Amino acid sequence: MTPAPLLAVRDLSVRFLLPGGRRVDAVSDASFDVAPGECLALVGESGCGKSVLASALLGLLPANARTAGHAHLGDLDLLTADERTLARTVRGRRVGLVPQSPAAHLTPVRTIRSHIEETVARLTGVRGRAARRKAAEQASLRAEFPLDHLDRHPHELSGGLAQRAVTALALIGGAPLLLADEPTTGLDRDLVDRTVDELRRHVDDGHALLMITHDLAAAERIADRVAVMYAGRIVELTDAAAFFGSPGPRHPYSRGLLEALPERSFTPVPGLPPELGSLPDGCAFAPRCDRATDACGALPPFADSVACHHPVTAPADASHATRTPEDTRA
Amino acid sequence: MLELRAVTAGYDRRAPVVRDAHLTVTPGEAVGLLGPSGCGKSTLARVAALLHRPDAGEVVLDGTPVRGFRHRAPREQRTAIGVVFQQPRLAADPRLRLADLIAEPLRATGRRASAAERVRELADTVGLTPDLLGRRPHEVSDGQLQRACLARALSLEPRWLVCDEMTAMLDASTTAALVRVVEDYRASTGAGLLSVGHDRTLLNRWCDRTLPWEAVTAG
Repeated sequence: MTPAPLLAVRDLSVRFLLPGGRRVDAVSDASFDVAPGECLALVGESGCGKSVLASALLGLLPANARTAGHAHLGDLDLLTADERTLARTVRGRRVGLVPQSPAAHLTPVRTIRSHIEETVARLTGVRGRAARRKAAEQASLRAEFPLDHLDRHPHELSGGLAQRAVTALALIGGAPLLLADEPTTGLDRDLVDRTVDELRRHVDDGHALLMITHDLAAAERIADRVAVMYAGRIVELTDAAAFFGSPGPRHPYSRGLLEALPERSFTPVPGLPPELGSLPDGCAFAPRCDRATDACGALPPFADSVACHHPVTAPADASHATRTPEDTRA
Repeated sequence: MLELRAVTAGYDRRAPVVRDAHLTVTPGEAVGLLGPSGCGKSTLARVAALLHRPDAGEVVLDGTPVRGFRHRAPREQRTAIGVVFQQPRLAADPRLRLADLIAEPLRATGRRASAAERVRELADTVGLTPDLLGRRPHEVSDGQLQRACLARALSLEPRWLVCDEMTAMLDASTTAALVRVVEDYRASTGAGLLSVGHDRTLLNRWCDRTLPWEAVTAG
């Protein structure tokens, strides 16, 4: 089907232990793969556990978090790797992070050149001032960051250029896996399109990209496959063309989310998502679902790309699953 | 009518952000203002909401020219306009529980006695459950906090609503839900709306007419 996965996540769960014995189930039993040259978009409402999942993959969870399951990056399990391994061999080198807010990610008192040169010095073997300067300029060009803006400070950049600067930083270590956490929040539509097209270019160059977003239009533009997360669980994982086009999403929640778009019926999913600290035993979406029956009191298993007792449509045609990435760039 | 006449505004008189802007919203009308990031549309929205004093030009609210802005705006004019901002985190006092956040305009205008009842009503309108009302902003999601900010904007039953990128941080379902709340409110009260944003599809779907930034200002 697809090339061997670069990242293989199996039954990943993240729990936060709170004072008073309370427990928040931020991520439950998430399983997915990301292959080189492929973009998987993880979509869902704010607060559904998407960003926690990203933090888990980078070993950046707070101390009160407990993880279970596996996240294999080659032969390394990211969930059990120690901090020394993560810091010295993983972050920046095997997994590059494109952060949510470039403005918050960059140091305000330093120029972009200084950021990039520091990262070059730390992550690559380049020695000497002139060589480092040259490597930094090459890194900038890779992300299409204009060289005449290198000596500017973060506040002197537009949102789009700041985004390119952090993308340049994420690419320096040659990490085969890129993790983008809401890279388009707060950008206007043209800039969203440009940003995701640039990320897509890096995917087509052979990177694997896990993009976390609540922006469905951005996901449609970039993704080969889509995973929909609801209340900490992946409720649907399917081919992007089938999801956004025909036959459409199969899980009632995915369908509702897509129908809420202003270019579709602009109708909200009724109700609010449940609290991750007090999830029901069965399907967490059942209280908001018009297809719910008594069967939904039991947790639906994930089968045939969807975790639902009453999926909307038949499974996507198998021929979709073997498309090449180029086909999605409509 | 909410009228902006030849408004020039900004943060430095020598380099105004908005030049010579003209815009009229009639009662019951929904007007979208479309512009890219950084064009000055939020500044214009702040002028329309009486939160920023223009350097030149005037704002006329229901036939009366506005003489004072921000805290100098007369209460009668100030409370005729409800505002919702882009980032709920920056628009909410982190010390207040959501119930107090929503009740603040009621208390500030001497409606303390009826506040509790009105907050329950408003919470129901925007889809906030009672347990959320007891929480502080850091204990709720962006979408839930923006629902509270919208409830606060509606608390004094304004005749005009100014929404500055109200849904830019939100997912599709929460966006559709909040737009529906605004539209239900407008249908029942006849309030006018100025919605500022960069999402053409959203504004076209939401508003009676959508104006590009170039049509409103001299640049």
